[in-house]
Amino acid sequence: MPVKLEAQRICLEYYQPRTGRRLLALDDIDLAIMDGEFVSIVGPSGCGKTTFLNVVDGLLPATSGRILLDGKVVTEPGQDRAMVFQDASLLPWRTVLGNVLYGLECQGIGTRPARQRAQHFIEMVGLQGFEHHYPYELSGGMQQRANLARALVMDPQVLLMDEPFAALDAQTREVMQEELLQIWRQAKKTVLFITHQINEAIYLSDRVIVFTTRPGRVKQSVTIDIERPRKLAVKRDPRFLQLEDFVWNLIEDEVRKTMLADRSSRGSAEVGPPDSGV
Amino acid sequence: MRTEGQTLYAADVTGVSSLGKFYVEHERGLIGTGAVLTFLLAWEAVTRSRLVDPLFLSSPTLIVRAGYELFAEGTIWRDLRVSGTEFVVGYLMAAGVAIPLGLALGWYRRLYFCLGPFIDVLNAVPRVALLPVIIIWFGIGVWSKIVVVFLGAVIPMLINTFSGVKTTEERFLKVARSFGASELKIFWTIVFPGTVPFIFTGLKYAAGRALLGVVVGELYAATAGIGFLITVSGATFQTDKVFVGILIVTTTGVLVVELLDRLERRFEGWRPKVGSAT
Ligand SMILES: Nc1ncnc2c1ncn2[C@@H]1O[C@H](COP(=O)(O)OP(=O)(O)OP(=O)(O)O)[C@@H](O)[C@H]1O
Ligand SMILES: [Mg+2]
Repeated sequence: MPVKLEAQRICLEYYQPRTGRRLLALDDIDLAIMDGEFVSIVGPSGCGKTTFLNVVDGLLPATSGRILLDGKVVTEPGQDRAMVFQDASLLPWRTVLGNVLYGLECQGIGTRPARQRAQHFIEMVGLQGFEHHYPYELSGGMQQRANLARALVMDPQVLLMDEPFAALDAQTREVMQEELLQIWRQAKKTVLFITHQINEAIYLSDRVIVFTTRPGRVKQSVTIDIERPRKLAVKRDPRFLQLEDFVWNLIEDEVRKTMLADRSSRGSAEVGPPDSGV
Repeated sequence: MRTEGQTLYAADVTGVSSLGKFYVEHERGLIGTGAVLTFLLAWEAVTRSRLVDPLFLSSPTLIVRAGYELFAEGTIWRDLRVSGTEFVVGYLMAAGVAIPLGLALGWYRRLYFCLGPFIDVLNAVPRVALLPVIIIWFGIGVWSKIVVVFLGAVIPMLINTFSGVKTTEERFLKVARSFGASELKIFWTIVFPGTVPFIFTGLKYAAGRALLGVVVGELYAATAGIGFLITVSGATFQTDKVFVGILIVTTTGVLVVELLDRLERRFEGWRPKVGSAT
């Protein structure tokens, strides 16, 4: 299988004009994702996962390094990728249907076929009957599902998903996981998936990437060699639990580091004044 | 329309008599009307009892009679037409300039850098102080007043529209860019809808400023108009007529704001209704 998506030595530094400080969010990330691979990223909160996904989508220019998609350098968002945003970010002045149609409108896809596709995905995420509701009339989980439909309807080659199921109850979450796996399998998509739920990452993925605490680096890439299709019961399989434990420990190490670093020298992980040259 | 989505914070009215229930449901209106009525009665009583000279204070009944006479005589129609023209033309011209310009200023940073200083100065200068030169330039006819109205109304509309654009949320811009929206599309689907509430705030505030412009302009130099009527009546101690003029101006202000409120509600189905009850 060819490499679909490649991150080469990605560094990203945020600059806060208010304080004049720079903050290194991503430090030298190297990652290659195969065509059709399902990869999850896990890591402590604030380690740069969302930032990384933004860079991959082309929303944030990397300070150094580059993203390659099918061997071509990514400089801006494109139709081959679609993002499920962490904060649902539904446009408040559009109904659910309007929001799901938004991307198709941007691509200039005709109303009739667009509506049919939108309807299909609205039903898939279980929001039928709410097409004409505004975001403020939805629960957090419903908003998140509309957000999901908005990305899926674009039928992108690469799906970038930032904690898409975080706001859902356990049952809905499992249904959504099934749907996602089915889309992934049938449409042969490449998925980059962020989650805080380790068992979700393992259940869904071919590979789980563990990020270090900020600045985000790849701590370890864990291959999940559990055959597919996976049944829900696999989550209680000893091999599954072993993997879960393993990833858990990797993250725990990192979280501990953050806490200690914060306590001993506040903000030492941050890059001091701009002239300190990192 | 979307009644099912609304929660009604009905007061606990079980076990109260129907009169009590009526009171609870209409509490706000009843208290308001009661207060106004009491005020009017007190006013009437104070002048009837000769506690204060009616020439000095006038009274509700005297005002009603003066109003009746003014309309019966018919000269007031001309005043209404003149003032109405000044208000409507000046106000609409202001809106026609301020809304597009405010949107452009918010959208094109360099345009703001260029025009910002002028706007700040125009905002700081008391428009009344400009009256003498405006009269010199435009004469004492309707046009000088239209200019005064325009200058009074244009600033609040402009500043509000501008800040509306400026408060566009970064996350919605991200969504739009992620879906590959063109600049024009971003403007009309993200920036503009978010600015509409600000535009209405500006329009409502500007209505008061515009009316002020009419009255002050006519006070200073005019041959007809409601402001002119107020000045002349005041100079000849016809307090009743002064109040008729004030009443007309006030009513216009209230009506314009009410009209704008209704218009706004048609645009604002997507916003949760806050504080509409009690
Ligand atoms: N726009 C920004 N400007 C400055 N700093 C930012 C900005 N966005 C994020 N950061 C910082 O970059 C770091 C990484 O943030 P990011 O949102 O990528 O974390 P995350 O891994 O997605 O966290 P979480 O799991 O909580 O969503 C954080 O320390 C945050 O403070
Ligand atoms: Mg995040």
